[in-house]
Amino acid sequence: MKKTFKIGGVHPHDNKISSAAATEIFPAIGTAYVSMAQHLGAPATPVVAAGDKVKVGQVIAEPSGFISGFVHSPVSGTVKSVAPRADIAGNMVMHVEITVEGDEWMEDIDRSDKIVKDIPYSPQEIIDKVKKAGVVGLGGASFPTHVKLAPPKDKKAECLILNGTECEPYLTSDDRIMRERPEEILIGGAIMMKALGVDRGYVGIEENKPDAIASMTKAAAAFPQIQVVVLKKRYPQGGEKQLIDAVIGRQVPSGALPIDTGAVVQNVGTSLAVYEAVQKNKPLIDNVITVTGRCLPVQHNYKVRIGTPMSKILEVAGGLPENAAKVISGGPMMGRAIANLDAATVKANGAILVLTAEETRRGPESACIRCSKCAQACPMGLEPWLLNKLSRAGGRYDELEQERVFDCIECGCCSFTCPAGIPLLDMIRISKAEVMKIIRSRVKK
Amino acid sequence: MNKLIVSPSPHAHGPESTQRIMLDVIIALAPAMLVSILASGWSVLMLILVGVASCVLTEFAVQKYLLKRPVTVSDLSAVVTGCLLALNLPPNSPWWLIVIGSIVAIGVAKMSFGGLGQNIFNPALVGRVFLLVSFPVLMTSWDDGGSLFGIVDAFSGATPLGAVKEGLKNGMTLSQIPADDLTFSQQFFFNLGGSAGELSAIALILGFIYLLCRRVIKATIPVTILCTVFVISGIFWLANPERFTNPVFNVFTGGLLLGAIFMATDYVTSPMTTKGQIIFGIGIGLITVFVRYFGSYPEGVSFAILIMNCAVPLLNKYCKPRRFGEVKKNG
Amino acid sequence: MTGTILFTIACLVALGLLFAVVLYFVAQKFKVEEDPRIATVESILPGANCGGCGQAGCHAFAENVVKAPGMDGFFCPVGGNPVMTKIAEALGRAVEEKAPMVAVVRCNGTFANRARTNEYDGYASCKVMAGLYAGDTGCKFGCLGKGDCEAACKFDAIHVDPEKGVATVDQDKCTACGACVKACPKGIIELRAKGLKNRRVTVMCINKDKGAVTRKACTAGCIGCGKCAKTCPFGAITVENNVAYIDFTKCKLCRKCVDECPTHAIQAVNFPPKPAAPATPAAPATPAAPAAPAKPVTPKPDEKDV
Repeated sequence: MKKTFKIGGVHPHDNKISSAAATEIFPAIGTAYVSMAQHLGAPATPVVAAGDKVKVGQVIAEPSGFISGFVHSPVSGTVKSVAPRADIAGNMVMHVEITVEGDEWMEDIDRSDKIVKDIPYSPQEIIDKVKKAGVVGLGGASFPTHVKLAPPKDKKAECLILNGTECEPYLTSDDRIMRERPEEILIGGAIMMKALGVDRGYVGIEENKPDAIASMTKAAAAFPQIQVVVLKKRYPQGGEKQLIDAVIGRQVPSGALPIDTGAVVQNVGTSLAVYEAVQKNKPLIDNVITVTGRCLPVQHNYKVRIGTPMSKILEVAGGLPENAAKVISGGPMMGRAIANLDAATVKANGAILVLTAEETRRGPESACIRCSKCAQACPMGLEPWLLNKLSRAGGRYDELEQERVFDCIECGCCSFTCPAGIPLLDMIRISKAEVMKIIRSRVKK
Repeated sequence: MNKLIVSPSPHAHGPESTQRIMLDVIIALAPAMLVSILASGWSVLMLILVGVASCVLTEFAVQKYLLKRPVTVSDLSAVVTGCLLALNLPPNSPWWLIVIGSIVAIGVAKMSFGGLGQNIFNPALVGRVFLLVSFPVLMTSWDDGGSLFGIVDAFSGATPLGAVKEGLKNGMTLSQIPADDLTFSQQFFFNLGGSAGELSAIALILGFIYLLCRRVIKATIPVTILCTVFVISGIFWLANPERFTNPVFNVFTGGLLLGAIFMATDYVTSPMTTKGQIIFGIGIGLITVFVRYFGSYPEGVSFAILIMNCAVPLLNKYCKPRRFGEVKKNG
Repeated sequence: MTGTILFTIACLVALGLLFAVVLYFVAQKFKVEEDPRIATVESILPGANCGGCGQAGCHAFAENVVKAPGMDGFFCPVGGNPVMTKIAEALGRAVEEKAPMVAVVRCNGTFANRARTNEYDGYASCKVMAGLYAGDTGCKFGCLGKGDCEAACKFDAIHVDPEKGVATVDQDKCTACGACVKACPKGIIELRAKGLKNRRVTVMCINKDKGAVTRKACTAGCIGCGKCAKTCPFGAITVENNVAYIDFTKCKLCRKCVDECPTHAIQAVNFPPKPAAPATPAAPATPAAPAAPAKPVTPKPDEKDV
């Protein structure tokens, strides 16, 4: 019996049309724009100035707080400017602009294909290396990995769960790396297990990726402490809380952290980045990005240097078709619509998805018929219809708090499933932000 | 290039729509409608058509001229109400009866509360009960208009439940009342006498299966209602089979199946959570049995559903879904 | 028959009397003594319950103002000075006149001035939109035009002009309650002094981007050039973060800055039209202006005029 999480969930069409496209190396050309806000937390502080020569892998920005991260140059060349630039949402973010000249790497980076299996480092050394390499969670939240590998003293990690679910429709970058580099991912997992001091590891993979399951299972034979867990296809299985529930059957209590269940979840992409950081001294300077969409003639999985403008990637991939209406960074359920195509990729970019107007239509909103499909779909066991009603009534924050609006993981199941086309998640997001503000101010007092 | 569209996630939407759900309900009602047309002739077809037309027109008129709001009759919810109302009337009812019923159902029970999704009571049932108390004679005369194509012999008389009630009132015991003699297959496939939609259990069950397959409704409410009726009437029947009808008879006669499958499962007027739905179903089952056994009306499903409709807001408030990460009470 | 009717009437009367007595005693027992002045003050207040005063409604305002020692910190923006004077009279206190205020939407990013760079297709709410991204134009400070202010306004005084795509205030209806100021996620709306004869000079932009960025996004944006600040004889204008701000307490409505502004981001409203003959730059305001026009004159400063 295949496992899955216990509450809610939906079954969007998985549309994994790019899964057959092997990963191609995207050339480092033109100009790279490296954002200083590629991780959750405080933006990094640039340590280079216009005119500086940089090599691939050289540190160009340093963390400016506990939850922050290093940023490295993804290309070699000359720093043209350090200035604010619009990100995908059009907001100004500090970027380091580097003109690409050649491809000269830092000397200490091991660029060979040889797989290094031995882990001679202590947990602290591993965490330091991960931190120095600027590794962040590549599942989407881009939480600095070194912070997650060092849980608070009073919490004890019991197991590591590698997230290979890729439950978002269309996305195939994790699928590709699991098929192409399974051993490296598992070594990355073993490294993180050593850092955490745990002896149990799982890789959760959804059943719609049989090739990835096969290659990971084969490679996992050499790692007796890591077990591949095949999961039923169900969205949002890749959500941290849902994955823990699916794999080890424990639910994170409301308001608690995932570590309270003893599980630490890391994306398989992150695991690969950890492997490269620790064994190869290679900082996080590139990632695999799926360029997909039913309106695109060719599907791609590109290994792209961070800081490449999206417009450039789309251009190389064959250009935007005439009927393209929406370009999304990420998947269709939780991805962000791109307002500015000239924005550069960041570490956690997993996909560029092109949809036509028909594919992404928001139906006209009509009256709620109280079918309770949203409540059945909500993986957190909330009642979106009620939260929507309370949000629209305005100011009813105590009731919203009582209905646990802050538990919402913004997976979009409610809006997806609503037959009346009500933008449930939009309304919930607003009140969630307000309620969180109220809770925070209360905590301060 | 065109301007890019930007919107909050999710960017994909499910295939479901209100219109599609309503269409599914209409499709699910089709077997029952077909059976009653075959059994009772064109008068039923006329009833359905007039019912649908008057419900749609009422909704259109109220939205357009009274409320001056956008007209939403295309969501088909009024069509569903029209069909259900037609199936809840005696097959030979005059056309004006269903027109009045429709105006009450849509105008009073639905639109005055704010339209689709806002009403407390099931509109079709309000229409039916309004007609039942206003035109008691018309609403309980089951003279058959003559079956279509002569499939079934013309039948006239009371419904099985009505016959039982009448007989008991006159001091007969159940074994003396002919209605209880209906064989099981008669009850299940074709049981004459009663509202247009009550004729064939199998047709209603077909519709139920369709709704389940299309995931329009969950089985919770109908199954709880039927089980409750079966168990409670079973207890009474075992206690005194001469006074109380048997549970099978209770489940398959009268409007119970129609009510349990199509009326009690109405989204708007039923609870949201499984827990609430179970309480709702038990309540309907209990009230139905009590009205049938001890009330002055032979049939209690309509009243049972309407009474439990009142409890829905309360059930929604107190029956919450299981939250993620909630600690189970028993360890 | 008559007996039954009489009995029924007698019963109902008896019941009525019984309940009346019970209610009377309950009311006596649970009576809450309230300062009668609260009722007086509440009757003077407009009763809009808008919360513009910062209190939980008109009753709360009345309660608190009666309890307070003076009139400080209490001002009903809807009723304005007349109501405050009446309240002060009723309480036997003195009150200072406050300058009447009006909400001003500091954005002139109309469809004509500010090109749309993408199409927003979410729920029509500025709050949702602002939470999602910078907006559907190149300017991330400007009015989003989804009407959160309109929804918040209890006086039907602010509307998003469908032709322009920005919110505009009806100065006659606006009570300066501040609901729109709170509702606007971009913080564009400001309560400003209504001005003598409703005449106001305002920088209609809050774009903090550098001049070049602003200019690219919107033709009517403030580019922070500082010409207005230099030209202002009263020191009312400050330029901070690439955007100018006119302190309405210092502004003397001379309109020098209006002529100086290269992007027409500074606008003057309700001034009589300038004389057709080329005016000398030394002649600022019109002292003996005829009765101010009842309706706001569409401000169209035309530099070729000078």
